[in-house]
Amino acid sequence: MNIINIEHISKVYKVGTEEVHALRDVTLRIDKNEYVAIMGPSGSGKSTLMNMLGCLDTPSSGIYQFNSVNVSQMSDNDLAKIRNKEIGFVFQTFNLLPRSDALHNVELPLIYAGVPSSERKERARKALVDVGLGDRIHHKPNELSGGQRQRVAVARALVTNPSIILADEPTGNLDSKTGEEIMGLFNEIYEAGNTIILVTHEEYIAEHAARIIRIKDGYIEKDENVQKRYIPKKSIVNE
Amino acid sequence: MGNLFFEIKEGLIIAFRAIRANKARAVLTTLGIVIGVTSVVLMSTAIKGIDTSFQNGISSLGADVLYIDKWAWFSNQEWWKVRRRKNISLDEFDRFKDMAKSPLAVAPTLWTSETVKFKEVSLENIFVTGTTADYVQTSNFSFSNGRFFSEIEGKASRYNAVLGSEIAKKLFPRENAVDKEIKVGGLNYKVVGVLDEQGSFMLGNFNPDNQVYVPIGTILKHFVNDNIRSVTINVRAKNTASVEETKEEAIGVMRKIRGLKLSEENDFSVNQQEGLTSNYNQTVGVIQIAGFFITGLSLFVGAIGIMNIMFVSVKERTKEIGIRKAIGAKRRTILMQFLLESSVICLLGGIIGLVIAVILSMVINQVLPTSVQTDAVVLAISISLITGIIAGLAPAYSAAKMDPVEALRYE
Repeated sequence: MNIINIEHISKVYKVGTEEVHALRDVTLRIDKNEYVAIMGPSGSGKSTLMNMLGCLDTPSSGIYQFNSVNVSQMSDNDLAKIRNKEIGFVFQTFNLLPRSDALHNVELPLIYAGVPSSERKERARKALVDVGLGDRIHHKPNELSGGQRQRVAVARALVTNPSIILADEPTGNLDSKTGEEIMGLFNEIYEAGNTIILVTHEEYIAEHAARIIRIKDGYIEKDENVQKRYIPKKSIVNE
Repeated sequence: MGNLFFEIKEGLIIAFRAIRANKARAVLTTLGIVIGVTSVVLMSTAIKGIDTSFQNGISSLGADVLYIDKWAWFSNQEWWKVRRRKNISLDEFDRFKDMAKSPLAVAPTLWTSETVKFKEVSLENIFVTGTTADYVQTSNFSFSNGRFFSEIEGKASRYNAVLGSEIAKKLFPRENAVDKEIKVGGLNYKVVGVLDEQGSFMLGNFNPDNQVYVPIGTILKHFVNDNIRSVTINVRAKNTASVEETKEEAIGVMRKIRGLKLSEENDFSVNQQEGLTSNYNQTVGVIQIAGFFITGLSLFVGAIGIMNIMFVSVKERTKEIGIRKAIGAKRRTILMQFLLESSVICLLGGIIGLVIAVILSMVINQVLPTSVQTDAVVLAISISLITGIIAGLAPAYSAAKMDPVEALRYE
């Protein structure tokens, strides 16, 4: 079963009078429980593709089916619903609410999903425990290390049980040791049966995935399975 | 419905978090609302207080009493037309009394301002009203002590005095005033009665509580004569229903006394409490309009301040809005979040303003009987809420329609 089925999508931006083709006729399928890395230099259309996959943006033309539902022409509100229920975002800069503690940050998507308070808190707590932050639930982002912040973000992405985890340069702001830990966490998530899409420009990070899609000038240059996937050592969850 | 309730509840929690994170700014922002609400509440309470005491005061003038004077109390007649009017004399009063058939009672009054003394206590510039025994009927007085001077005492111009309650309190703080000798303008008068408290501070010197009543003859003899100051004829109708009839007759009688031809206008005026009321209503109306204009202006300025801060807040939190949208906040949810935030800020301002107004009205209460009524509270709360919603609308909308991709990219 395809989770993501993209057919001939293009994205054109107007910058002043000039038209910029960020994506040209991209066709792509991603199955359940795949671990895909999307690679490409900056300006390649990689970010546009990620925004498209994450339902943050809609294509200029072409069809995007998410879980067999056509989302390419959906309204803002319907897209928000899809993002809330089906997609877990992990960003390079963590993107946590700075004034809220870890628990509230993880709780947030559940608030927008309309989950009642007590159930919400319980699920958020469990998600934090799962990423190894059971003892940090009331810490605010500025009281946490970079790695811990990214774990909070991962917990937030997982708490709604989404169809895909979309990670945009998740190790970009971390030192290599912490980055490795986060990649270990992703590996566990993948092995637990989740679908992960990883956007990166680092070959070494991309090789954690089972499949690499290379983007250049708005089209897919190469789409291949990784021969020998790099499997990180088990994440030290309860350090 | 349940969904909306849930969103409002969660939105409120988020709004309180945001306000708590920026307390000083919220307080400064809402200052305009505080001032606006304070003034609107004080205005409405003060006007209510003035109204109550005016109504109390005016009732002592009596709805069924006419006052025939040289001039109208309130009029827009040109001064040059009426300035040559003759004084009403005591003679004319006597003829009026004989000729007018419909009144229940008629009494003349002529005032002077004198020093009133008892032993060491001396009160200056006291209104001393000269009248006849019938005045007790036209003015509907009641007594806390003693009586009014009698018809015979009045006619004989005996040196008898009746004291208003305030005067009695000041001259005789501990003793009974009746039968004491006081000095009015240097002459000895015997106190025969003390009035119950009648009027209100609104009438100032005209308040019966601050007056002394003596036979009119003694005033004419010693203080002021009717060439210099016109006598007022107090006419009491038999009942409120016959006021108009009594007025018609009074005008006719006065015209006859004055010998006016048909073509000539009245050279006197018949005044009524009604005139005072309509004049009062006009004055209060102007105060009200001016007050509400000023209040409206301060609320308007306050609203602009809030709108401004909300725009800044939306801009500052662009990234936050991006995050919220990425993880599933709908447009409506974001709109609600910022609307609730500005409403809560304004509501806090409204509550602060209300508290200040209540405290101030307690202070004002020392001079003017006022208390903040429920409708003023409702007014304050709704005004601040509405201001908050209106001021928050444009900023909240600009937040709601942000593109999540752009917002996330914002640093």
